[in-house]
Amino acid sequence: MNNHYQLVIIGGGPAGLAAAATASAQGISCALLDEQPEPGGQIYRSIESVPDQRAQKLGSEYLRGKKLAAAFRECDAEYYPETRVWSLNKELEIGIIRNDEASMITADQIIIANGAMERPVPFPGWTKPGVMQAGAGQILFKTAGVVPDNGVVLAGSGPLLLLLAWQYLHAGVEVKALLDVTPLSNHLSAMPKFPRAILAHHYLTKGIGYQIELKRAGIPMLFGVSDLRAEGDEQLQTVCFKHSGKQKTIESELLLTHFGVIPHTWLSQAAGCKHKWDNSQQCWRPEHDEWGNTNIPGIMVAGDGAGINGGRSAEHAGRLAGFESLFALGLLTQEERDKLAAKDIKWKRDERHIRPFLEAYFQIPKSLLATTDNDTVICRCEEVTAGQIREAVQHGHDNSNQVKFFTRCGMGPCQGRQCSNAVAHIVADESGEAVADMGHFRGRPPVSPLTLGQLAALDKEESV
Amino acid sequence: MFKQLPANQTETINIILNGQSLQVTKGISVAAVALSQNLGFTRTTPVSASKRAPFCMMGVCYDCLMVINGRANQRACSTMVQEGMRIETQQGVGPAMEGRKE
Repeated sequence: MNNHYQLVIIGGGPAGLAAAATASAQGISCALLDEQPEPGGQIYRSIESVPDQRAQKLGSEYLRGKKLAAAFRECDAEYYPETRVWSLNKELEIGIIRNDEASMITADQIIIANGAMERPVPFPGWTKPGVMQAGAGQILFKTAGVVPDNGVVLAGSGPLLLLLAWQYLHAGVEVKALLDVTPLSNHLSAMPKFPRAILAHHYLTKGIGYQIELKRAGIPMLFGVSDLRAEGDEQLQTVCFKHSGKQKTIESELLLTHFGVIPHTWLSQAAGCKHKWDNSQQCWRPEHDEWGNTNIPGIMVAGDGAGINGGRSAEHAGRLAGFESLFALGLLTQEERDKLAAKDIKWKRDERHIRPFLEAYFQIPKSLLATTDNDTVICRCEEVTAGQIREAVQHGHDNSNQVKFFTRCGMGPCQGRQCSNAVAHIVADESGEAVADMGHFRGRPPVSPLTLGQLAALDKEESV
Repeated sequence: MFKQLPANQTETINIILNGQSLQVTKGISVAAVALSQNLGFTRTTPVSASKRAPFCMMGVCYDCLMVINGRANQRACSTMVQEGMRIETQQGVGPAMEGRKE
């Protein structure tokens, strides 16, 4: 690995892979850093090594990743898998850990393409073994062919829940129930966005197709579910919920939940990129222009890490950022860039058609985002409860960071990745202010843990 | 809780999970092994000693921390199994690092 590249891409999902293939075609020095052992990101995890039989069960959308990974393998970009980025700053210095050793590299242009994570939504019992995120179930299936053994309950809101149920159905896994917590009132409030969604009808027909197949297979699908709880002594035993005015329970040792996905912004925050609260997507995201440029010269964002638009859109965004970086490096004129990018700009806009409808339809209700159950653990690491957060607000700590200092909420190993959003919602609810005004936890390097020994060794290298 | 679907031509390697020798599929994560071996939980928390298991599987929740080859606080979901690897359930903050006494 060199200590300087013209372009460094962080993340090996659709955006990162497309950016690398696009930019490296012009002969620049380009490196792609990724945490995973294989290209593909979360959406196309294990796309190169997945056995055919398993790949078929995962569906056609997953198989799209094969072409993308192959194009990346053919391109000239240097590929560094199993490489973690722990620091990024305005000077375009990147702190990395590879083979257990820390080092610093620099770049003229950086594309952050580190994707999305599941929206963490705390509910009673969500820390118990046996409760996991739906994305976790999918990753286990894709990477290891590991699936639920003794049946599973799926609960939450969003397209991934349907897709996972469909994938499990084809893998012969017993889906005990699909509990949809989307408020029934969303069906109405999303209607004004429906006409534009018809332009992306292939997504709608796919979703309806999944539902029909699940129904035919006899999988109980309950809509308008609320008051979700996971109960059991030390392990999940019972999933409790309210449906059509009645309390119901399902015995299960496994519950997979999904409440949509949000951009993984820890690196862009640590770098000092400006972020804004997106009311429709209910999350923070970095501010950027059509090409992915942030407020920091040389740092771009692409893909779901820049705002949730899905895997296909990420591919286009990656190519746009690739063209833009070539323009910034002086290898393309503005005219050449615009000409090369025209199709991706159009396709990326087309991909956006479905989004306003999906965002409105699967809008997570406030009752879930800002739980009123004071005993629910919000910070999984430091085990701070909703009650303690509300108490801190009552004592006058009226934004996320003040609550963090006062309660240690967000100061554990995950650095607030799991509680940041929930804290903002609870503080906003308790103080009667807008979530956008609550701020997000201040992200600082190292955004990924490294030992003091690794840091010290870094200094030794520099002084030689 | 979990099982591994049968697959053709998989290479296996040997690991030691909580003192027990096991043959597992090459190229999968420690968390995938722990879950398909029905370990129940993979760590206890330092704050209340409550039991936890892998939650997100994508390296963001840090709930799957285990002791791997004597080193505490390793993310089981982001660590691939290697031949001869020793994997243990982590109690609280886990053991101090080996061989750092100076």
